[in-house]
Amino acid sequence: MKLRALRYILLLASAAMIYAGITTGEAETVFRKAAYICLECIGIG
Amino acid sequence: MSSKIRPVFQAVWTALTNGYVRGFMEGKIYQGESKKLCVPGLNCYSCPGARFACPIGSLQAVLDSGQYRISLYVLGFMAAFGVLLGRFVCGWLCPFGFVQDLLYKIPIGYKKGAGQRKGPEAGGKSKDGCTSRVKRKNLPGHKYLIYLKYVILAFFVVILPMTVTNFMGMGDPWFCKYVCPSGTLLAGIPMLIMNEPLRGAIGALFSWKTFILVVVVLLSIWYYRPFCKYLCPLGAFYGFFNKAAFYRLNVNEDKCIKCGKCQSACGMDIKTWENPNSMECIRCGDCKTACPTGAITSSMEELIRELKSKGSKEVSS
Repeated sequence: MKLRALRYILLLASAAMIYAGITTGEAETVFRKAAYICLECIGIG
Repeated sequence: MSSKIRPVFQAVWTALTNGYVRGFMEGKIYQGESKKLCVPGLNCYSCPGARFACPIGSLQAVLDSGQYRISLYVLGFMAAFGVLLGRFVCGWLCPFGFVQDLLYKIPIGYKKGAGQRKGPEAGGKSKDGCTSRVKRKNLPGHKYLIYLKYVILAFFVVILPMTVTNFMGMGDPWFCKYVCPSGTLLAGIPMLIMNEPLRGAIGALFSWKTFILVVVVLLSIWYYRPFCKYLCPLGAFYGFFNKAAFYRLNVNEDKCIKCGKCQSACGMDIKTWENPNSMECIRCGDCKTACPTGAITSSMEELIRELKSKGSKEVSS
């Protein structure tokens, strides 16, 4: 029962974290990185 | 059953999340709004086909930006995937895991000796139906090497991107830059093939990353998923959720005869009857298929069974 409650708490906390990240502009930071070729990621430097 | 469904599921998932065909044709990457969202698996956002963001790449991007001490947004995605699925993501939803599964199916690298049991992934059945060829699962030093991925998670994904910074306070995505073979295979090589100006910029770093990729590819032919077992920081993260996730495995003690067939079938070499929710388990389901008594079930199957019995009770009443 405790584990079941923990699961739901973690899931709610995850949703809250995503929402908090959106409000602080993290989603835009991710977008700026993901929408342009990441030279480091592909091994160019 | 799952050993037949899983490759199809992995292929469909990889195609769906990397389905930007124009990117492959023109050597460009997708720039739509969905790039703000993270996929569950290790999937480089610089792959020409990628429609979403890689959680590990995104985590480093936020941490090395110098603007945030912690990434609530990316960790929120990772925790949500973790608590829902745990390492089911590794077994079913990771493109690089799929690549390693395919490499392990290449029929070379069998161990010498006959009459040994094999996993369903390994292939090779003799005419009398007995399995005679078996592939290796683990690298020498396996029990120590499995901890390497936690070191990589801590240092290459979190500590180094946050602490080794330039005068503007910005760091590098250390894991993506120096380690990730998935990025080289799924993004670097296709990009360099399709995008001529990038080819002129190849240097020592690309040689290093290609070397890592070649080593991982060769090891994946001989050993089961070496990258997932020893190097993947995302698998390390999801492993922490395996015991608490909504998707779990259960062993019915009354049915289990402790024959060890689950471990023989398990590419990750887990004693399922002792530890069904091991941090190393990627939820491929091969243990369930191999169990002669049907003692291993997943929480998903139990939920479906419960719903069905509830439904039939309601109909009969």
